[in-house]
Amino acid sequence: MGRTIKIDPVSRIEGHAHITLHLDDDGNVEDAKFHLTQFRGFEKFCEGRPFPEMPALTARTCGICPVSHLVASSKACDHLLSVTIPPTGANLRRLMNLAQLMQSHALSFFHLSSADLLLGMDSNPKSRNIFGLLAVDPQLAKDGIRLRQIGQTIIEILGGKKIHPGWMVPGGVSAPITEEKRAEMLAMLPEGLEIAQRTFESFKGLIGKFSEEIEHFGNFPTLYLSLIKPNGGLEHYDGFFRIKDDSGAIVEDMVPLEEYERVIGEAVEPYSYMKFPYYLPAGYPEGIYRVGPLARLNNCDFCGTKLADAALDEFRALQHGRPVSSSFHFHFARLVEIIFALERMKELLDNPHILDTRVRARARGNSDEGIGVAEAPRGTLIHHYKIDDDGLITWANLIIATGHNNLAMNRGIKQAAEHFVDGNNMQEGMLNRVEAVIRCYDPCLSCASHAFGQMPLRIELQDSRGKVLDQLLREVSL
Amino acid sequence: MPGPPVTTSTGMKVRVVTLKINEHDIGARETDSILDVAQANHIRIPSLCFLEGLSTWGACRLCVVEIEGYPRPVSACSTTVSEGMVITTHSDRLKRYRRTILELLFAERNHVCSVCVSNGHCELQDLAAECGMDHVRVPYRNQPYAVDSTHEMYRVDHNRCVLCTRCVRVCDEIEGAHTWDVMGRGIECQVITDMNQPWGDSSSCTSCGKCVQVCPTGALVKKGTAAGEMEKHDEFLPYLAQMRGNR
Ligand code: SF4
Ligand code: SF4
Ligand code: FES
Ligand SMILES: [Fe+2]
Repeated sequence: MGRTIKIDPVSRIEGHAHITLHLDDDGNVEDAKFHLTQFRGFEKFCEGRPFPEMPALTARTCGICPVSHLVASSKACDHLLSVTIPPTGANLRRLMNLAQLMQSHALSFFHLSSADLLLGMDSNPKSRNIFGLLAVDPQLAKDGIRLRQIGQTIIEILGGKKIHPGWMVPGGVSAPITEEKRAEMLAMLPEGLEIAQRTFESFKGLIGKFSEEIEHFGNFPTLYLSLIKPNGGLEHYDGFFRIKDDSGAIVEDMVPLEEYERVIGEAVEPYSYMKFPYYLPAGYPEGIYRVGPLARLNNCDFCGTKLADAALDEFRALQHGRPVSSSFHFHFARLVEIIFALERMKELLDNPHILDTRVRARARGNSDEGIGVAEAPRGTLIHHYKIDDDGLITWANLIIATGHNNLAMNRGIKQAAEHFVDGNNMQEGMLNRVEAVIRCYDPCLSCASHAFGQMPLRIELQDSRGKVLDQLLREVSL
Repeated sequence: MPGPPVTTSTGMKVRVVTLKINEHDIGARETDSILDVAQANHIRIPSLCFLEGLSTWGACRLCVVEIEGYPRPVSACSTTVSEGMVITTHSDRLKRYRRTILELLFAERNHVCSVCVSNGHCELQDLAAECGMDHVRVPYRNQPYAVDSTHEMYRVDHNRCVLCTRCVRVCDEIEGAHTWDVMGRGIECQVITDMNQPWGDSSSCTSCGKCVQVCPTGALVKKGTAAGEMEKHDEFLPYLAQMRGNR
C-alpha cells in the first residue's frame, strides 16, 4: 500500500508551503511535490488604482524583499511615463537594490541555512537554528546579524525606513542624498566586506563535508535565466535577458526586457497556487530553468569588481568551467554576490555624481503598458502593468523570482527524496534534507503567493487513504 | 452677567462673556464658538470638518465637549459660548467617543495608510494618533469606490473620503464655482462634481486646486504623487476668506 509523507509547513523559508512525499509499497519515494497553499491575488486588487501607487502597493507583497518590488515596479512605471530617468536617480536605485540583495542573502545564508551547514543536517532540530548557531559559532552568528544590519541601515539611510521605504518612485527617487549620508554609508562597507570574505573562506572549508548533498540537492541540467549587462557583466538592475543551457552555451542573448513574453511562458498545475514559468520555445516542462544567484553567476562573463571576480573564478572551478548545476551551490553564489554588492556599492558611492540633485523625471502616463524587470535576491522579478487613459491600472501581472524556480524546486526535492528518504526507516534528518533543498532556493513564498506567516513544522506520514500513521512536530525555527 | 458691548475691528458690537474651559477662567466674545475660544487660548480640541475660513458644518463630531448642565455632549465648532459655561474637553467619555468616531471613519472606507499618497501628511491619520486610536474594533466595510482620475491635474479617491465637505464649501464659498456637492445616503453617500459627471468633464471647475489643498485626507490629491508624497497646504484660506470679506 502506497503512503504519503507531508512536510507541513516547510520551515526556515519565507511563507507557508508544504511538501508531500509519495511512497510506494516498498517504502521508496515515488514522487515529491512542493505545494504553495495560500493565495492572495495581489494583481487583482491593484486594478483601478492609480499607477504611481504601484511601487508602494506591490512592495507590500513582502516584508523580506519589498525593495525588489519597489525597483521592478518603479521601472514599470518609468516605462508608463515613457521617460529615461536621471542617471543619478538610477544609480541611487541600484544602491538600494544592492543593499537589499546583500541583506537578503545574509538572511538566507546566516539565519536560515548556516545551521544546517555548521551543525549538520542530522543535528537536533530544536537547536538547528540561529540560536543553536550562536552557541556553537558565535562569531559567524554575529557576523550574519551585522552584515544584515549594514544592508538594512543603508536601505534606511536612503529610504528613511527599514522595511517599506517609499523613496523609490516613478521617474526616479524622491530625494537626493547628502554628503553626510554618503559618508555614513561608505563607512560601513569595509567591515561588511571583511565579514563577507571571512565567511566565504570558512564556507569553502565546509563544502567538502557535503559532497553527498551537492550531488543530490537539485543537481540536474536546466537552463539559466538572468539579466546581463550589454557587455556580458553581472547585472541586477537593468540590461537584457540572457539564457544559457547546461553546457554553458548561450540560448538567448540581449533580449530586451520588454520582450520577456517572447521567452517566458507561464503554466499552472492543480497542486499549487504558484505558477510554473518555463522557457517558451522549449515548451512545458522541458523549458525548465533556474534564476537567482546561481543563474546570474552561471550566465555572466564577469562580475566587474576585483574580489568578486576572484571569487567567481573559484565558483567556476566547482564544475570545471561548466555552469554549476547543484542547487546546493546557491549558497556559494550568494556569498560571491554579497562580496560583489559591497564592492559595487562602494564604487557607486565613490562617484561624486551620486550627490547630484537631479534624481527624478516627471511625466504622466504616456504609454498604456509598462514592463519593469530587475534582479531580486532570489532571481528575476517582472512587473507588467496596463493603464487606462486616466492612469488607472486595468491589468497587472507579477512574475516573482521564486516562481521561476518552481519547476526546479519540485524536481530538486524529488531528487533529494529519492536519494535520502527511506520510507521504512524514517529519520528527521532525511526530511530536513528534503526541506534544505527548498532552502537552497531561498524561496520567498510571501511573494510567490503573497501569503504571510510561519507555523511550526508538521511532518505527517499517511497511508494511501490519508490516515495519519505517525507525526512529528517541530518548533518554529525563525 | 455678560459685560457691556465692545466694538470689534469690523465695527460690530459684541458682548464679552466669561466661562471655564478645563478649570481655566476665560473671557470671550459671545459670538465666538467654543472651538474658536479654545484655540485662542491654546486649548486643543480635535476637529476634522471644521476649517478656519470656511462656514461651519458640524458633521464629524470629533470636537465634542461636555458642558455642565447639558444633557449630552455638543460640538465645539458649532456651539457659541455663553456666560458662565463650564466646559470639559477631554473626559474619559469624550476620549472614548472620539476614538469610536475615528474607528468608524476608518472602517467605513478603505484607509490603508501604508500605501496611501497622504501617508504621513494626513489629518485623519494625525487625529487617530492624537486620540489614541491604535486599532479598529469594527470590521472594515471594504466597499469599493471607483477612483476618478479624469481631471487633468487632480484625482479623487472616494476610498479615502470622510465626507467632511470641506471641498464643497471651499469651492462654493471661496472659489465661487460650486463644482462639488454631496449625493446619496449611507454607504452610497459621495462627493460629486457637477451633476455627478467625471471631474475631467466638469464645466464649472476652474482647476484652482483649493479643494485638494483643504481636503484633510488622501481623497483629493495631485496626480502623479506616489505613496506618502501628497502634502496639503491650506494656510492660504484665512487670508483669502478675509479678502472676500468673510462672507
Ligand atoms: S487618507 Fe489618511 S487615514 Fe486614510 S489611508 Fe490615507 S493616510 Fe490613512
Ligand atoms: S473629498 Fe476630501 S474634502 Fe471633500 S468631503 Fe471627502 S474628505 Fe472632505
Ligand atoms: S469639527 Fe466640529 S463637528 Fe467636525
Ligand atoms: Fe519576497
